[in-house]
Amino acid sequence: MDEIIVADGLVKQFDAVMAVADISFCVRRGEMLGFLGPNGAGKTTTINMLTGLARPDAGAIHIAGVDCVANPKAAQYHIGVVPDESNLYPELTGFENLCFCAALYGMPKQVRQQRARELLTTFGLVKASDRKFGGYSKGMKRKLTIAAGIIHRPKILFLDEPTMGLDVSGARQLRQLIADLHGAGTTIFLTTHYIEEAERLCDRVAFIVSGRIVKTGSIPELLAPIQGKHGMLLVCDGHDTEATQTLAEAFPEMTFTRQDKDTLRVEADSPILVGPLARSLEAHHVEILEARRVRPSLEDVFVDITGIEAKAMSDKR
Amino acid sequence: MSSWIAFWNIVRKDIKAYYLKPPNITWGLIFPLAWTAMFFIRTGGEVEDVLYLLPGVTAVSILFGATSMLAVTVTFEKKNRSFERLLLAPVSFQTLMLAKTSGAILFGALNVLAPVMIALFLTDLSAVAWHVFVPAVFLIAATSTFFGLFIAVAVNEVFEAQTYSNFFRFPMIFLCGLFFPIEQIPPLLRPFSYLLPLTYGADMLHGAVHGGNTLSLTVSFIVLCAFCTALFLVSLWNIRRKWIM
Ligand SMILES: Nc1ncnc2c1ncn2[C@@H]1O[C@H](COP(=O)(O)OP(=O)(O)OP(=O)(O)O)[C@@H](O)[C@H]1O
Ligand SMILES: [Mg+2]
Repeated sequence: MDEIIVADGLVKQFDAVMAVADISFCVRRGEMLGFLGPNGAGKTTTINMLTGLARPDAGAIHIAGVDCVANPKAAQYHIGVVPDESNLYPELTGFENLCFCAALYGMPKQVRQQRARELLTTFGLVKASDRKFGGYSKGMKRKLTIAAGIIHRPKILFLDEPTMGLDVSGARQLRQLIADLHGAGTTIFLTTHYIEEAERLCDRVAFIVSGRIVKTGSIPELLAPIQGKHGMLLVCDGHDTEATQTLAEAFPEMTFTRQDKDTLRVEADSPILVGPLARSLEAHHVEILEARRVRPSLEDVFVDITGIEAKAMSDKR
Repeated sequence: MSSWIAFWNIVRKDIKAYYLKPPNITWGLIFPLAWTAMFFIRTGGEVEDVLYLLPGVTAVSILFGATSMLAVTVTFEKKNRSFERLLLAPVSFQTLMLAKTSGAILFGALNVLAPVMIALFLTDLSAVAWHVFVPAVFLIAATSTFFGLFIAVAVNEVFEAQTYSNFFRFPMIFLCGLFFPIEQIPPLLRPFSYLLPLTYGADMLHGAVHGGNTLSLTVSFIVLCAFCTALFLVSLWNIRRKWIM
């Protein structure tokens, strides 16, 4: 697989804010790379630099072999961009918006109208096609913005937080669409702060925090350190620090972390049994109300590496 | 070919989405009507005066029509981020901005229809040199539009676009010899008149309508073309610098 997007040493500073601080990565042809990071990490700024909406202060970008810093327009025919906020024309209808976007890529009238209808069908927007975009709901806007981004069948697609603001079924539908595009061979660069989304969709993930990539790898590579690990969540009644202490001493092969007031997370290299833990806690008059096996996920890797709790990341929205 | 499709569709979209909106059409009619009526009453209402008013009213109609439309639409699209779509399109920057401005130039030029129709109704326009009048109209429309673009790039809010353009537009009415000859302007201010493109456009119109031009038509034509090119290039440079961050 050859590298279709190569970013080397990208830097972007806004006054006092270092939005992107020396980022390097590549995306291979046909691959889906996830940029995963909290708010303000520099994800959108990176996309803007890659797509020609922002000029890097330093660094080089090559897309499909074209030097995009020297010649930002040259690669734009091959890329589709779906920004984090809908940016279509409120005073045009859904159909007109798609046709207009297609025209920007030089598609002839018949071709663009047919393609617009096709996409309106795919995205379930046929009924709304003659309504003004300004009157669309948030989810509908999102869908039409994505349709507009792929109208010219780009080889490379940039998606900035594609499922943000969608309801569960909308988000699921959209992920399926993204997976289909990927399956059809489109190279996809996706930013998200939903760890699960990245884990489910992407071939490789880069963790970005404060303008730096702290870790990159394929999903199996990233999960490798926690493979064979076992986890359990215990919801306890009247649990305290002392009880945790006792557990840690009684079961040195396990690690115990308190997730919140009464939830305890247990991790070990071998299967965890509830019985011995329950007995040990009983001595402290702590009762286990619920015990649940958890499969260690990308979230744990992310927390390990960045020290940022995933929950905090999505809560900030 | 593909650039041409993009160009034409940008122009068409702007005309449809902005310029053909009823308020803009009425603006294009009422505004020149108001000006014509005002000056007509002011000068005593002789029908022959119409020929001397026509160039001024024409120039003002174009100036206001073209600058406000462009400054507002571009600032508006910048604000709601749809302008980014254009920046992402594989179309050269010059083509994009020419397309964005063409609609406004056309709109500005069409604003002369109202005053010309009124004049036609009131007086005999057979002596008008249309081969000078029409190019002058388009050149004024183009300089006004590029001037609007220049302002659009300089501001962030739609209301600022309006305020700033008025800051320049109203003095132009008095400095550019629209309704009275430049010789009547205090000598101290006269150099400013010659720095403003509208002076040359208005002079061409005076020449076309009643032969009252003070500068050579060729000189005015060349100066206006130079203003168009300069304002367009400066705006392009400014947009590249300010909007592609
Ligand atoms: N135009 C700008 N002017 C000033 N600062 C900016 C600008 N754009 C981004 N920044 C700053 O750069 C940093 C990175 O912003 P960016 O939008 O890239 O983050 P992000 O990872 O996309 O976050 P989010 O998840 O909230 O979308 C932030 O601190 C932001 O405030
Ligand atoms: Mg963002």
